[in-house]
Amino acid sequence: MSDASIKSAAKSSGGLDHLIYVLRANPVTMLAFCMFALIILAAVFGPSLVPYDPLATNAANALQAPSLAHWFGTDSVGRDVFSRVIVATRLDLSISVAAVALSFVVGSVLGSVAGYWGGWLDAVLNRVLDTIMAFPLFVLAMGIVAALGNTIENIIYATAIINVPFYARLVRAEVNIRRDSGFARAAKLSGNSDIRVLAMHIFPNALPPMMVQVSLNLGWAILNAAGLSFIGLGVRPPTAEWGIMVAEGANFIVSGEWWLAVFPGLTLMIAVFTFNLLGDGLRDIVDPRQRT
Amino acid sequence: MATANTYPRLRAVMMRIAQSIPVVVGVVVISFLLTRALPGDPAAYFAGAAADEASIEEIRVALGLDKPLIQQFFIYVGDLLQGDLGQSISSGQSVAADLAKRLPASLELTLTALIVSCGIAIPLGVLAATQPGSWIDHLCRVVVTAGVSLPTFFTGIVLIYVFYYLLGIAPSPLGRLDFIYIEPDRVTGFYLIDAAVVGDWETWLGALKQLVLPAVTLALFTLAPIARMTRAAMLTALSSDFIRTAKAAGLTNRKVLYGYAFRNALLPVVTTLGMVFSFALGANVLVEKVFAWPGIGSYAVEALVVSDYAAVQGFVLAMALLFVLLNLIIDLAYTAIDPRIGFASK
Repeated sequence: MSDASIKSAAKSSGGLDHLIYVLRANPVTMLAFCMFALIILAAVFGPSLVPYDPLATNAANALQAPSLAHWFGTDSVGRDVFSRVIVATRLDLSISVAAVALSFVVGSVLGSVAGYWGGWLDAVLNRVLDTIMAFPLFVLAMGIVAALGNTIENIIYATAIINVPFYARLVRAEVNIRRDSGFARAAKLSGNSDIRVLAMHIFPNALPPMMVQVSLNLGWAILNAAGLSFIGLGVRPPTAEWGIMVAEGANFIVSGEWWLAVFPGLTLMIAVFTFNLLGDGLRDIVDPRQRT
Repeated sequence: MATANTYPRLRAVMMRIAQSIPVVVGVVVISFLLTRALPGDPAAYFAGAAADEASIEEIRVALGLDKPLIQQFFIYVGDLLQGDLGQSISSGQSVAADLAKRLPASLELTLTALIVSCGIAIPLGVLAATQPGSWIDHLCRVVVTAGVSLPTFFTGIVLIYVFYYLLGIAPSPLGRLDFIYIEPDRVTGFYLIDAAVVGDWETWLGALKQLVLPAVTLALFTLAPIARMTRAAMLTALSSDFIRTAKAAGLTNRKVLYGYAFRNALLPVVTTLGMVFSFALGANVLVEKVFAWPGIGSYAVEALVVSDYAAVQGFVLAMALLFVLLNLIIDLAYTAIDPRIGFASK
């Protein structure tokens, strides 16, 4: 996703120099990129690198504190917490990436159509989005999962639905201001169809701000999915997932077995933190005026 | 605020109230769709596992599920207008009664948390904006970035571990009041207020002790957006022309800062509060689960576990209506802060 923003930054002004300048002036963004790479690596290669089977129980070795053999300790049935935390990366990341991708596509289509053609389509879409936003979003996600059924796919759909308004509104605004611009008219006059003008000429302009939104949203989507599985929705118990691991560990925190909840929780926090930093960094690159 | 001023102000307020009607209608439509989208056959579900074909059909007619969808919708709305949200299977009570009984617990927690977080975040943001580059500015930046990354349920668990298990200062994280205290008579349902009304300060202190950790957990979560917005809004206000003029006219620093800059900066902050409420009401569910807080959030979670759908959907609807109401109050508070707002532009 950084590709698109780099390209667009390069096209606009100052080019690659600007990117290098921002990265050098802001080591935090640099760090975020590195952490992001690490998370991707853990998601891709994690399951084949971990020292123990994340589902293998060993009752004789239950509730061991962190040690050299078990870096993050073991849980109540003797599973290795470190292996489970690493393996969970793939699931958590897939849920949030799938949800964000879905809302990106749906939001782009809805927003483009509403922004380009306007009229009653636009009015209806705005009403629907307003209604979605009228719910506390996490609560709406709970309601959707409860209604559609308690599965991982429905967690993805619910997270996607509550994210759609952000993308649709962004795209609608970006498309709407360029609907009658010179380049769009020129493209139309030279014989392009409406859909082609919209998709090839106008929509790409919305991509840089969308990328920032994607990055900020990914962190939020992970939090959301982990929150849903924390209250017992979606992911089923033996599966390794950060939210459910924290939920399982919560039962042991009052008796002092802190490692069960703390390590998955910390990992979750770091992942969200990375995406938020990345989003802020991308925003600095894409639109320096928005800096706060 | 409407009484104090002339006619147009009152009209603006009425307009704003009227504007929330289509939103409420939308919310009701969505929650109706959610109740009808239940997995499988709702009639078979409500009839129970042991029901035969005939009794399922009986339930279907009793619930009106054999009628067309539009007609079902009007029956649903009719029930809602009578305050009927259906029966909870797990508690055997009506959902509306259950929610009403548990709502004060959630409100007490959420409102305390928001007051705490505004009390910290707004001064922090103001100080960060007035002294850019100072340690307080850096503190603000760290709080803002770290705060939005905190999973509420995880913060809560860490706080329990530190303050209950390690330090032993916090009471056990189980509900609103330790069993050694007697629940105060219900006046408002807010334990802190009810205990204070009868002058039972021992219970008041007990309730406060239980409240501190969950409220802090929720406050930490809402701190970040408020601090971020306050800082940004103060920076914008301080760099504007009217501040320069005010300074040039020889007003004291204090007057410029609080009389002019802060008052203008409050507007975007109040707007952000709407979004913060949305997050806080969602996070509330998680915090209630962590601290076994007997509010409507943990009610919904318990209902989810046993597939008590009427209870869950009632909860979703209640939360949405609460959120619409909060947004309305925020917008009306706007007029109190900024006399220029007429709602006409909206």
